[in-house]
Amino acid sequence: MFSRKELKKAILTSLWFVFLTMPIMVIKVDAIERTIYWRWLNSLYMAVGVFTVYLLIRLYQHRKNSRQSQAGESGPSVGFLHRLLQNPRQRLLLFAVVGAVVVIFPHFTSTYQVNVMTTALMYVMLGLGLNIVVGLAGLLDLGFVAFYAVGAYTYALLNLHYGLGFWAVLPIGGLFAALFGIILGFPVLRLRGDYLAIVTLGFGEIIRLVLENWGEFSKGPSGISNISRPGFFGIELPLEQAILYTYYLMVLFVIITIFVVNRLQDSRLGRAWIALREDEIACQAMGIDKHKTKLAAFSLGAFWAGIVGVMFAAKTTFVNPASFTFLESAIILSIVVLGGMGSIIGVIFGALILILLPEYLRALSEYRMLAFGAILVCMMIFRPQGLFANIRRHYHYHKKDSSEHDSSGQDFPKSQPS
Amino acid sequence: MTTPILEVTGLTMDFGGIRALNAVDLEVNSGEIVALIGPNGAGKTTFFNCITGIYRPTAGDIYIFRPDHAGRLSLKGLKPNQVTERGLARTFQNIRLFPKMTVLENVMIGRHCRTKSFLFGAVLRTRANRREEEEILEMSYRMLEQVGIAQYADDNAENLPYGAQRRLEIARAMATEPLLLLLDEPAAGMNPQETIELDRLIKEISRAGQAILLIEHDMKLVMSLSDRIVVMDYGKKIAQGNPLEIRTNPAVIKAYLGEEVNA
Ligand SMILES: Nc1ncnc2c1ncn2[C@@H]1O[C@H](COP(=O)(O)OP(=O)(O)O)[C@@H](O)[C@H]1O
Ligand SMILES: [Mg+2]
Repeated sequence: MFSRKELKKAILTSLWFVFLTMPIMVIKVDAIERTIYWRWLNSLYMAVGVFTVYLLIRLYQHRKNSRQSQAGESGPSVGFLHRLLQNPRQRLLLFAVVGAVVVIFPHFTSTYQVNVMTTALMYVMLGLGLNIVVGLAGLLDLGFVAFYAVGAYTYALLNLHYGLGFWAVLPIGGLFAALFGIILGFPVLRLRGDYLAIVTLGFGEIIRLVLENWGEFSKGPSGISNISRPGFFGIELPLEQAILYTYYLMVLFVIITIFVVNRLQDSRLGRAWIALREDEIACQAMGIDKHKTKLAAFSLGAFWAGIVGVMFAAKTTFVNPASFTFLESAIILSIVVLGGMGSIIGVIFGALILILLPEYLRALSEYRMLAFGAILVCMMIFRPQGLFANIRRHYHYHKKDSSEHDSSGQDFPKSQPS
Repeated sequence: MTTPILEVTGLTMDFGGIRALNAVDLEVNSGEIVALIGPNGAGKTTFFNCITGIYRPTAGDIYIFRPDHAGRLSLKGLKPNQVTERGLARTFQNIRLFPKMTVLENVMIGRHCRTKSFLFGAVLRTRANRREEEEILEMSYRMLEQVGIAQYADDNAENLPYGAQRRLEIARAMATEPLLLLLDEPAAGMNPQETIELDRLIKEISRAGQAILLIEHDMKLVMSLSDRIVVMDYGKKIAQGNPLEIRTNPAVIKAYLGEEVNA
């Protein structure tokens, strides 16, 4: 069943884990008694556990491989949700149900829950923005949070100095972030893969460090407070209603985002992004302007981040550089990867899982990051394509089929060439 | 009357110390099929890469003659996409499709440089945009039919049989409406039956008035298709002429054909 090489690797892996986890699993310091307990038995459990898990994973992969070779290269199985979405009537029903849940949700829960949900929706939007850059255009951007910060600080500063309101700054914040997207885009146009990732990571950190250290401009680490909440036709709402209002606004924004991203990815530009991701040279040789296409992806992604940034500043009424660390970029990227690169539904679920789960697993709060990492590792092993891969493509088939019939009705029947 | 389409003069390409192309001249006239042949490493693919803007040639000039433009247009120093816009479209020796896109989508990418819609058209789905999308689909599907792989339209490109992948590359290049179609070893890796079908396809395309410049190793195919043949060796052009002349040219036989013709 397992080759000797695999067994050897399993043993090595478990020994490696024993070594890595030694400080927490084996050594226990009792500060009061001033003694150290050495719990060697734990490392035995660790070794056996890792060994078993490793072999189980291999077994799973073996089975998957043999199943794949049996089934030939038949396409990926079509998921349940996806079948729902293909049928227009069922799709409408699904949208109606989701819409109803979203609308009445706040009336059955506390403001705290509404707040958490608003945050999750913000991440949905950030994920969808990054999805354009990473999922569609295939440009690994590790500094996405920079654009989020640009949006948030645009609002915070304009509100502080000029008293501009939320609605006035919303487009400015988005456009300003998009501008930053282009500014970052230019120097990195030539870069790909790892190099691009490193440069964007650096860019993200630069923005944060500037905000942290340029006190006169950004008020430094102490941040900017008392930012106005979103205005409701000039009326200032009491806190509870303001939270509700923010929630509904966010729902609206997410709907608009989904609408726009969905249309973009099925457009000429969207196809160009995907082609660019697949093969840059062939893409250029087919007449696609690589630079223009990349810049469009960068600036559009940044635009959404900027919008969410403005929203964030308005929601929390306070911004400081600590909200825009690399961890934030990593979370947004994880949302995209977990959900499935390029898949809108995937990103929505990814965001809800990664943002809501930790909230509701407060009991495990100490192990949150551990669980986070474990989930991602498991994903990479068992479903590297993400939760909802392939959804876009199937949409596309469907749409294309129908429009094909429209246009091909008269003069070219589907011939079957010999 | 033949009118020139492509004119290349003195094309030279150095890679460090290696001179992969040495002052190559080449011309293609409208409606012609020209074959570029030569032993492996002669610099044929490098020639394609230079004229399509993938490499920047060390020296030499590349001109294209467009019917909608008086005089000649220089292609030197242009980016690959600009070259394609001006009317050269190519296939690759080692197939470069977009593997995770469908066959139809692959061809649709070829329509990119002949269509315009961008952000706002895409988001608002204006009437102009919808018409354009329909046009793209229609034209792309027709291209698939022309090369005979329409039955695969909805499959991913990576799942196509090898011969069909080569055809898809041709369809994708044709979708850009090129003045001159460049084919880099289209029959490489094909079995004899597939090669015969390819021969038929290229003739069909050519009959519609398409000028073709073709790199190929299969001598039977080259002799059957070409109006003119250009032979390269060690980056230099060593001969040119019609198939008969090439077959009997001693320099060519020595450099390249010798084994195959006598075998
Ligand atoms: N990017 C490159 N860098 C260095 N040398 C190259 C490069 N591309 C091609 N060459 C060299 O140029 C010569 C011609 O190659 P090529 O044009 O691929 O030949 P072929 O006629 O078989 O298509 C070879 O010696 C090859 O090693
Ligand atoms: Mg070659």
